[in-house]
Amino acid sequence: MVLIYSDDIDITKELIAKGKELADETGGKVISTIIGEVDEEAANELIYHGSDEVIVVDAETGEFKADKYAQVLNQLVEKTDSEIILIGSNKNGKELAPRLAVKLETGCVTDCTDLYFEDDALTAERIAYSGKAIAVQTFTSKPYVATIPPKNFDPLPKDESRQGEITREKVEVTETGLRIIDIQEKEIKGVNVEDAEIIVSCGRGFDNKEDIELAEELAGSLRGATIGCSRPVAADLKWLPEDHWIGLSGHKVKPNLYVAIGISGQIQHIAGMRDSETVVAINENEDAPIFESADYGIVGDLYEVLPKLIDAINEEKG
Amino acid sequence: MNIAVCVKDVVDVSEIKIDEKTNEPILEGISREVSDIEKSAVEEAIKIKEEYGGKITVLTVGSVENMENIKELLAMGADEAVIISPPEEPDYTVVSELLAGAIDEIGDIDIVLCGEASIDLFSGQVGPRVAELLDIPQITYAEGLEAEEEKIVGERDVGGNKVMTVESSYPVLVTVTKEINDPRLPSLQEILGAANKPINEWESDEFMDHEIKPTMETKDIRGVSMERKNIIFDEDELEDSVKKLAENLAKEGLLE
Repeated sequence: MVLIYSDDIDITKELIAKGKELADETGGKVISTIIGEVDEEAANELIYHGSDEVIVVDAETGEFKADKYAQVLNQLVEKTDSEIILIGSNKNGKELAPRLAVKLETGCVTDCTDLYFEDDALTAERIAYSGKAIAVQTFTSKPYVATIPPKNFDPLPKDESRQGEITREKVEVTETGLRIIDIQEKEIKGVNVEDAEIIVSCGRGFDNKEDIELAEELAGSLRGATIGCSRPVAADLKWLPEDHWIGLSGHKVKPNLYVAIGISGQIQHIAGMRDSETVVAINENEDAPIFESADYGIVGDLYEVLPKLIDAINEEKG
Repeated sequence: MNIAVCVKDVVDVSEIKIDEKTNEPILEGISREVSDIEKSAVEEAIKIKEEYGGKITVLTVGSVENMENIKELLAMGADEAVIISPPEEPDYTVVSELLAGAIDEIGDIDIVLCGEASIDLFSGQVGPRVAELLDIPQITYAEGLEAEEEKIVGERDVGGNKVMTVESSYPVLVTVTKEINDPRLPSLQEILGAANKPINEWESDEFMDHEIKPTMETKDIRGVSMERKNIIFDEDELEDSVKKLAENLAKEGLLE
């Protein structure tokens, strides 16, 4: 059996697609789990997207806590006799999966970009060294626990004629010493850089927050491109909310066009944008590493380059 | 408060090049570092110690190729370091078992601090694994931390632009993000003073009461090539450079 869990239903659907592929090889079913809230509609949705069964775990389990949810999944793995456990690689999933793996006394791979059987053992690929390499790892233990990032696999098309068993489970858990006090929205979520087709991204080369308007003006000329930024602009200077932040610990993007302005191109930033189709870099330091990762570059002061570039683009468009 | 901080001596990722013949990353001859994320974990430990007293032990598994990196953490303000040599090529299971075993061996630890992930492989497994092995709560991705007498309060970045405030009893394991603080730079005097702080080397069979086996095997690490055109427009006049850039973007259909 392949057991699937994510607290994000969109990721769950993607995991089901991969889970089905693996289940076809091992000859088992795909069982998805919903923990913490009873939602009939969500359960049906997972069946329509390919899950053979759905287990809804009693609401009394309460809100997500890694140590508690690891207890829940540990019991479900045993009950369903699952060999493969796929968990969504968001922050909750990544703090849950290793704890579950310890309970199951087994290996775990986080952030798998691919997962397949080779010589009868599950093999996982994941990004290493900030995107400079792919590590290929094989499990020498069972069951297999893996986390998969969002948007890595496409969900199966919705088929409302699919039928599947939805069961409710009550699972006993031990409360732990952790208490959630509150959850707050950091900033109003305004942009989605991950789905953007064109990104104009700002780095430390900008002298102050107001000057980002220049980047916005360029974005306007580029079909209303989305504004992104490097770590210092979001995390240290806080000139832009974190949903703009592109990099290893920020968002990973793959637009058709990525324009890096005043971004030096530290490896952690490159890790977030390396899948871009075409990369343009504008930087006053000709030795900035961003130029190695760029298709087109202009060495110069962004305050001089940007107004001229905007004019040139507008002229080119006619 | 007695605090254990788990760190890893890793290659400086930005220096890694890919061998064109073998398509493997060249890891030899590259400088090594304890990443800023883990220095932030040490910094957080020092802040807590400054308020409540206690002892900070830095733990690491595997050979430390650059001992200066560990000495730097002692110079920052950690009291002692333990370097654990693994029985064989360690995976996450082995590393976490050794760290948890060593924390048990030291005894009386109130807080275990880790980085959110090591900068080389960025798996983020060790923190949660150690917490589970020690059977204690965890606060992961902490970008703010306030230790109190009976409990610790953490602010966690939980993604989706949300911050979660949690509190935990002791003992607890906390993994921190780089945003939590700016790690201090030790003074020359502190660097000299750290020379007398103990760095202990432990063999796993000295303190582990059970055998540990790896659960994963790394079969291959292959380089990812990033083919880029690397064309720099460097005309005499900036107007001409930006024009060429605009023309190229138009040719690729990016201005439509």
